[in-house]
Amino acid sequence: MRISTSTIRLVIPAASLALLLAAVFYMQPRAMSYTGLNLLFNLAVPIALATVAQMLIMAVNDLDLSMGAFVSFCACVTATFLQASPTLGVLIFLGAIVAYAVIGVVIHVRELPSIVVTLGMSFVWGGLAVLMLPSPGGEAPGWARWLMTSRPPFVPMAIVASIVIALITHFVIMRSSVGVLIRGVGGNVRSVERAGWSVIRIRAGTYALAGFFAVLSGIALVGLTTSADANIALRYTLLSIAGVILGGGEFVGGKVSPIGAVIGALTLTLAGSFLSFMRISPDWQIGAQGAILIVVLGLRLLLNRLEKREKSR
Amino acid sequence: MNGTRLLFSKPWIWSFAATITVWIVTVLFTGGASSLGLSQAALTFAAFSVIVGLGQMFVITLGPGNIDLSVPATMTLSGTLALKLMDVQDGMIVVGLLVSILLGFGIGIGNYVLIKLLRIPPIIATLSMSFIIQSTAIWTNRGLRIKPPEILASFTTSNLFGVPNIAIVALILSVIAWVLLEKTVYGRWISAIGQSTFAARMTGIPVDGTRLVTYILCAVLASICGYLLASFSGGAALNMGSEYLLMSIAVVVIGGTAVAGGNSNIPGIWGASLFMFLVVSMLNTYGFGAGFRLILTGLIIIAVILLAGGRQSSR
Repeated sequence: MRISTSTIRLVIPAASLALLLAAVFYMQPRAMSYTGLNLLFNLAVPIALATVAQMLIMAVNDLDLSMGAFVSFCACVTATFLQASPTLGVLIFLGAIVAYAVIGVVIHVRELPSIVVTLGMSFVWGGLAVLMLPSPGGEAPGWARWLMTSRPPFVPMAIVASIVIALITHFVIMRSSVGVLIRGVGGNVRSVERAGWSVIRIRAGTYALAGFFAVLSGIALVGLTTSADANIALRYTLLSIAGVILGGGEFVGGKVSPIGAVIGALTLTLAGSFLSFMRISPDWQIGAQGAILIVVLGLRLLLNRLEKREKSR
Repeated sequence: MNGTRLLFSKPWIWSFAATITVWIVTVLFTGGASSLGLSQAALTFAAFSVIVGLGQMFVITLGPGNIDLSVPATMTLSGTLALKLMDVQDGMIVVGLLVSILLGFGIGIGNYVLIKLLRIPPIIATLSMSFIIQSTAIWTNRGLRIKPPEILASFTTSNLFGVPNIAIVALILSVIAWVLLEKTVYGRWISAIGQSTFAARMTGIPVDGTRLVTYILCAVLASICGYLLASFSGGAALNMGSEYLLMSIAVVVIGGTAVAGGNSNIPGIWGASLFMFLVVSMLNTYGFGAGFRLILTGLIIIAVILLAGGRQSSR
């Protein structure tokens, strides 16, 4: 049986997640339960959504450094406007998604570096969030709270949601014609253009879709935390990039994997829980997270090498 | 006529034009009373951005994907370690500086080892590294705030003929960087690698060695900046580097260095650093709140990049 490269791309992140999960279960057998799993993966859903959004941007060879600020902004909107007057909240979100599409168009038309434009946008989103919620506060809309804390039978919500996100994005990015076009822009802009497609529309659409997932991430986050503040998700920028890379994605070439990205986000979330089980001193928590990132990527290299050796045999 | 055209063909002219505009607008608002103080403050704070910006510029010149995210953590650890080691003794100033530089060397080598041996993309490698460095800094700091030695503190906060000493240090470093970039074979090598790594390798340029030196250079400059910043602000704080992550990237790009690599620009870094500081102080003098200040800063960054980028695409 031949295994395709895309499957290999998935096996490695899945294996590292399984390894980490096994380590957690070994150290804390009580985590092997409904409640335990729910606690372990609780915060994974918003991170997974933000990672998917980042993955879309990376699929067209760009990078979004405003992801964390934007998710914080969305969380603030959710906790204030969406809760108080849903129509206005939805309108703000639509406006934000249009803004993302415009950013995509501007980056494409003026051939600007996405890093700088999104860097500038991160200030704008951060500023808007501070204007809305100068101090932590707000309240989660009832339905968001209900959705994030609901307890489906057998499998915890966080895992159900992650699987749903992975499947939907897998279908959109890997199976639909839109997904092929998005990845095509990342792989070879020129050939997509020559084939008669409007690259500017594809880019705008990709950015809008990424904005949509980031909005969902903000809503999910508030559903879990019940309140928001302007800096609530700033670390998501780096987490989302790391999640995409852990999941087997690449910075250029339209090589991304939606399922991998979700697994990458789960791995990063689990790494945090793993460290608190290890009873590592709080001083070294962040450092150990860095070390885990390095170890997982080292494993990936090792497996890639093994795969190459198999092929050449 | 030819002179003007030559001047306008320099990418850094835009950041300086923007800087002068913002300076005039701010000084006008205060009725000219603040011009000297504002200029000195701008030079001092811009100097810190210039020092980290220079290192980041070398790394960005290496080509797409090359970026050093460990800059803020390196600054924090260097400031913390140096002040702890010097322990308010004037005799230890040089030792502290040497330890800082040595630390930068180590971090630079560590970064490149991850990038090369584990084939990790530079963004993720330097990010993981920065987590470890930050933890080390937290562990060394222990919430203690140690004062810098007397002589060092007064050196970093005083002026020479009206020009802040820090700005002079940054200027000397910039001149060294300029010579490195324009007049040495190393500078040609990094530009060549940035334009095409493959072609550079084919022509026999030691690509790995050059990249290693560049990451070391960036970390050393970040260390020196952390050392100076901690002395200037009267002690190291754990979050002292955090604003320099985005700052170091922003000044490089606004200053006209190509993000795609292979083309760098040192005068532009000065223009952009002064500009970034002056924008914030202008918004402060006009009495904007934190939210509006952030929004306007972001919009101004985008506006500058739109103006500067537009010229390139019309080429």
